[in-house]
Amino acid sequence: MSPLIIIGSGLAGFTLAREWRKLDPATPLHIFTCDDGEFYSKPMLSNAIAGGKSAAQLATKTATQMAQELNAEISAHTEISAIHPDRHSIGVNGQEIAYSRLVLAQGADPIRLPLRGNGADAVLSVNNLDDYTHFRAALEGKKRVAVLGGGLIGCEFANDLLAGGFSVDVIDPGTRPLSTLLPAEASLKLQEALGKQGVSWHFGVKADAVEHSGNALQLKLSDGSTLDADVVLSAIGLRSRTALAAAAGITINRGIVVDNQLKTSAPDIYAIGDCAEAQGKVLLFVMPLMQQARTLAKVLAGTEAELSYPAMPVVIKTPAYPITVCPPPIGSEGSWKVESTPQGVRALFLDGADRLHGFALTEQTTSEKNNLVLQLEKA
Amino acid sequence: MKKFQCIVCGWVYDEALGAPQEGIAAGTRWEDVPDSWACPDCGVGKADFEMVQIV
Repeated sequence: MSPLIIIGSGLAGFTLAREWRKLDPATPLHIFTCDDGEFYSKPMLSNAIAGGKSAAQLATKTATQMAQELNAEISAHTEISAIHPDRHSIGVNGQEIAYSRLVLAQGADPIRLPLRGNGADAVLSVNNLDDYTHFRAALEGKKRVAVLGGGLIGCEFANDLLAGGFSVDVIDPGTRPLSTLLPAEASLKLQEALGKQGVSWHFGVKADAVEHSGNALQLKLSDGSTLDADVVLSAIGLRSRTALAAAAGITINRGIVVDNQLKTSAPDIYAIGDCAEAQGKVLLFVMPLMQQARTLAKVLAGTEAELSYPAMPVVIKTPAYPITVCPPPIGSEGSWKVESTPQGVRALFLDGADRLHGFALTEQTTSEKNNLVLQLEKA
Repeated sequence: MKKFQCIVCGWVYDEALGAPQEGIAAGTRWEDVPDSWACPDCGVGKADFEMVQIV
């Protein structure tokens, strides 16, 4: 019998494999990955510099250990050239390999700004363990880091780099950090807290060009000013990897479109994680990925299951100013009601009937998370 | 007292501290944490935690 094939060995691919193996220990499983096939905790990449962690320390299991644990074959450093839905096969190194069912867990690519200048290629992003290795090597003996993007990953890296002893500049065309997740009051407190610890913020501008300048880099910003840095990290967002699916005629939108059984438009092909668009949303967080993996594991094992998301608060790893946020669903009617207390900011997103649709908590008020999650589930 | 770390997101359960916000008292041993318990940060189950050595 042809194996279940999973493309991708990130949290999505491996979590699905683990959950499915709990239900089906025997059906052949083959995982293809363009990475090393090691297991690592991706959320830890943005808070590992300060702790001096090497990539080897972050990789908790080798591909061999994972293969054994999952009773799977793992093909590392392997690119898939095509999917042939009509023949139930994929193209690998000029050969066709048949699948019984196929799961796309390909993740997402960092969005890159179209930068000019001879230093543009030196701009790094950290989206997997190899990237982290390069980033850490680039930081060796260096002092100044410029971070492009003041969103979740940009802020987490800024905090981590500060704690690691680097000086940090953050450049963002918006007006405040975490602007898509937080009400203004909470953003500004985060800005102040990281600012006090040494982050220099540059809002309302973007980087236009990066030039080599001696051993360092010089950024040219859109307001005509310049900024010197040893290392430039781009953290402006992620875009689902959809090219392989699109070329196979599978329906894509922002991500690979799936239904509540994680099925794509092609028979026996499923998608999960950062590459998938379920319920009209691409959610680039761990908790939705866990829900998807558990649902799909059941579907693949022949049990009835349907994707449903509980309230999924996100803990932002900025120890200088702890934040837990559960953003209201896109298009929610209502507004933020914000209280600034000595214990931190408590922001509730309420509709006209005072029903809760989301929240943002900072500092000590983060301890109220569980109560608010219960309220959300009632609402 | 030992520490356990979530292999998915890195959240640490320290037996000495417990997880009072999650209803688990300080000093609760890992084996006494219910099997239905899930990581507060990412939602993985107890089975996916691993012991972290105390330095």
